[in-house]
Amino acid sequence: MDGVHDMGGMHGFGKVEAEKNEPVFHDEWERRVYALYRAISYAGVWCIDQARFAREQLPPDVYLASSYYRKWELGMEKQLVESGLAGADELAAGRVLRPGKPLKRKLTAAEVPNTVTRGSFARPPQKPARFKPGDRVRTKNIHPKTHTRLPRYARGRVGVIEALRGCHVFPDTVAIGKGEDPQWLYTVLFDGRELWGDNAEPSLKVSIEAFEPYLEPA
Amino acid sequence: MAEKHEHTHDHSEHGSELSEMQLRVRALETVLTEKGYVDPAALDAIIEAYETKVGPHVGARVVAKAWSDPSFKQALLEDGTKAVLALGAINRVGDHLIAVENTPKLHNMIVCTLCSCYPWEVLGLPPVWYKSAPYRSRAVNDPRGVLADFGVTLPADTAIRVWDSTAETRFIVLPMRPATTEGWSEEKLASLVTRDSMIGTGFPKQPAEVA
Repeated sequence: MDGVHDMGGMHGFGKVEAEKNEPVFHDEWERRVYALYRAISYAGVWCIDQARFAREQLPPDVYLASSYYRKWELGMEKQLVESGLAGADELAAGRVLRPGKPLKRKLTAAEVPNTVTRGSFARPPQKPARFKPGDRVRTKNIHPKTHTRLPRYARGRVGVIEALRGCHVFPDTVAIGKGEDPQWLYTVLFDGRELWGDNAEPSLKVSIEAFEPYLEPA
Repeated sequence: MAEKHEHTHDHSEHGSELSEMQLRVRALETVLTEKGYVDPAALDAIIEAYETKVGPHVGARVVAKAWSDPSFKQALLEDGTKAVLALGAINRVGDHLIAVENTPKLHNMIVCTLCSCYPWEVLGLPPVWYKSAPYRSRAVNDPRGVLADFGVTLPADTAIRVWDSTAETRFIVLPMRPATTEGWSEEKLASLVTRDSMIGTGFPKQPAEVA
């Protein structure tokens, strides 16, 4: 979706301000949000792209004004309510009004050391790769209202396939419950001028990780 | 690394968001626990892992090894996942960790313009600035300006390559080894490696800074 989350190239957000000696979490509630997210993800309630899509759908003013973990918390609430795992009335009341539903599995403390990593997104290919390193490609000019990982600034642009990264779960379908539909993934390299015009930093090159359905020969 | 951050109720910098969020999160955790979806002990273990075990010290070890051992460096650049696993720095890494090498002619920078993708396995959780709108918006079209915000100036003839992490591949920058560190142990070299140098928004420390 063409939301405010898709920030590449936007103006007006100001300077990058790094915090000295920044802690991993800034408060106890951030710790709990992070841990709840990991635990519920482990239980198979949602996949990473569904979680991303939930955050992208937050109203733009909420998205921009919320801290990072607040977005996570609001996204989780949205997903839990939409999936029927918890009621909005329960979250408002802070207590359970109906029994829980059975989940695939439940994360235990003993299992945590084995989950301190991301999941695996590689899948067996369904067909041979359409492109190879060195091929010129043009990204499609698509504007789906649903989740996609093709950023706006890199749509309709010509680049070069730099590397083939294997076959992966396709975010655009899995995020909306239409299955993993694994697709070949490529690193596509663009010249700065192709993306930003003649005033681009002369030496700049930018790459995206692009799924095959985003690309056509150029 | 992270210090334990004591929980207080009146953090002025968070203002009213804090109290609202404390209440919301407490309600959420209570509901998910009572529903039987989450085990509070597992939550504590997750927090502990990310505050104490996973962090930029892991990546620093990888970089120091690459600086010291040419065959490891080659293996790292060929297949980051396999090389880091073989190093035993961590027990698992994501499927696709890709190490990209800085040279006098090329400087690499990592960003995720769409959300906050970051190589957790080797750098821990991302700092706030990495997830912020200024960084996500400007890294891809004004990388020298972003570097200036960090007080970093690249030579004019060093080209810039920005990697936008738009899929589940993850990137770590292999920074250039500082001069006058010949004969240093891997451990001592690792003390030069900053988190920002592995994202591409900084350089490693100079030897004098850790001597």
